[in-house]
Amino acid sequence: MTEHFPALLVILPLLAAVLIPFSPAAVKRSAWHISFASAAASLALAARLAWEAFALGKVSYWFGGWAPPWGIEYSIDPLGALLLLLTAFVTCAALSYSRAAAPAELAAERLPYFYSCMLLFTSGLTGIIITGDIFNLYVFIEIASLAGYALIAAGRRREALVASYNYLILGTIAATFILLGIGYLYMAAGTLNMADLRERLPQVYHTKTVLTGFAFLVVGLSIKTALFPLHIWLPDAYTHAPSPVSALLAATGTKVGIYAMIRVIFTVFKPEFNPSTVPMTVILAGLACAGIIYGALVALAQTNIKRLLAYSSVSQIGYIILGAAISNQTAMTGSLLHIINHALMKASLFMCAGIILMSTGAEKTGDLKGLGRRMPLTMAAFTAAACSLAGLPLTAGFISKWHLALGAVEAGLWLVVPVILAGSLLTAVYFWKIIEPAYFSPAGERRPVRPEAPAGMLAPAVLLAALGVALGLAAHFPALGAGRAAALLLGNP
Amino acid sequence: MIELIAGKYNYWIYICLMMIGFYAIIAKGNLIKKIIGINIFQSAVFLFYISISKVRGGTAPILWENAVLYDNPLPHVLILTAIVVSVSTTALALALVIRIRKEFGAMEEDRIAKLRSDGP
Repeated sequence: MTEHFPALLVILPLLAAVLIPFSPAAVKRSAWHISFASAAASLALAARLAWEAFALGKVSYWFGGWAPPWGIEYSIDPLGALLLLLTAFVTCAALSYSRAAAPAELAAERLPYFYSCMLLFTSGLTGIIITGDIFNLYVFIEIASLAGYALIAAGRRREALVASYNYLILGTIAATFILLGIGYLYMAAGTLNMADLRERLPQVYHTKTVLTGFAFLVVGLSIKTALFPLHIWLPDAYTHAPSPVSALLAATGTKVGIYAMIRVIFTVFKPEFNPSTVPMTVILAGLACAGIIYGALVALAQTNIKRLLAYSSVSQIGYIILGAAISNQTAMTGSLLHIINHALMKASLFMCAGIILMSTGAEKTGDLKGLGRRMPLTMAAFTAAACSLAGLPLTAGFISKWHLALGAVEAGLWLVVPVILAGSLLTAVYFWKIIEPAYFSPAGERRPVRPEAPAGMLAPAVLLAALGVALGLAAHFPALGAGRAAALLLGNP
Repeated sequence: MIELIAGKYNYWIYICLMMIGFYAIIAKGNLIKKIIGINIFQSAVFLFYISISKVRGGTAPILWENAVLYDNPLPHVLILTAIVVSVSTTALALALVIRIRKEFGAMEEDRIAKLRSDGP
């Protein structure tokens, strides 16, 4: 039984997602319970698999007993284990938040389909993380993306439909690029298994076919991860999606995209692959730096809270890609730590924004006057999460940005260090725009409908923010795990 | 030169189709026409996959006593999956366009942009 856990991890949410829409009305009423049970079971499976992956270094599962490269392989290494745990955990948090939040933003008859889409989305993400087959990766990217488009379209305003449509067009272009890239690699190497590709590709590294395939894959995945300047779908999508969806997408969707990109660059290709005609790492690092500053500056100009958080995501994604592009041990550790940090914090921030919207109807930064006294718990969680994203000491963000800056210094990239620091400073400034009126302004006319949100919504937001502080205080533990994953990825254990 | 065009004509066809699709996605303002563009764009990649699976002198990949050489069946199978994905994407996109049309009363990009409350 335990040896089938990797397959179950993908199949369980997939089955539940298919079951809910086709079941009778009586079962549909408990759609949330089914979804949450499936997500909790996934979390338990992920924890067990993560433990195994860290103990053994790699867990491999062969579908139907067919040995790779003939059959499809699922493989989990420490990096995959970290992402699996993160995705399963954030899904649980987002689902428990949805119980009170989703009925406030969606019509009751649409709720079962909404939960079903959320499960499909996590099923797709889990598949992306654990698959060892590059075509399988494409299929799971599309499963996650299609569920994501539907989830965004569930937003309250009609603008959500347009945001979803625009994301669908760009996302499909990206997926087709990925498909094409896979085709080129298959032409050159004749295999689809990632480990097998790694062994066979070096003989054909010099060919234009491999170079073109690599370029298509990286550009396609850059759109999925919303790397500047391919981020244009992201702000609208996050702003108009229902708040549990914004939290889930911002925390896991783009992160898993980055994971897929890291897989392609470091697992399918070896770190030595650095084509002289196209200096890929320099381009990625340059775009990441531009994204850090651009995202932060545009966030500074926003008045809509959710849109501000969305542009903040563009900036933080820049940090993660930057660490992967520098690609030494310290910077890669920082990048992985920032994946964890940003996932937990951005989920908490979007949840808080949803709570504020539901309790007071406030969407603009100017509407928050005096909210710190009326909704102390929500604003405390928001402030803690914002501090962690800005990288204040004693929070998780400090360790990740410390590693990133240290990695840049080790690589001799002195120009990158001021960008990292300036980005952090700007992060603090744009969050100040929200925190300042909440705590230091006299109360405005807007009175909350109720003093605090229901506990079901508040608990996950506070828990995630508290985790950010806890991971900052017990910095040794996450740094050790991320360091191990980074070392295996870069091939210097 | 002739060799480059005639010898690799399958690639030229796929590149031309792909660019036609890409042009439609970018240049057309009508939401349905964009979806048609996406479909052409994806079909081009499907054709590329199918054309690379051809083995000179190969037969269809079925069990047959006269067959000595087979075409590579793997890309065929991959593209079957990709076609299913493409069909679901098209279905979802069309469903979205129906709802956009109901809510905005328009299917042209520039008209929808004017009707939006929060600007582009």
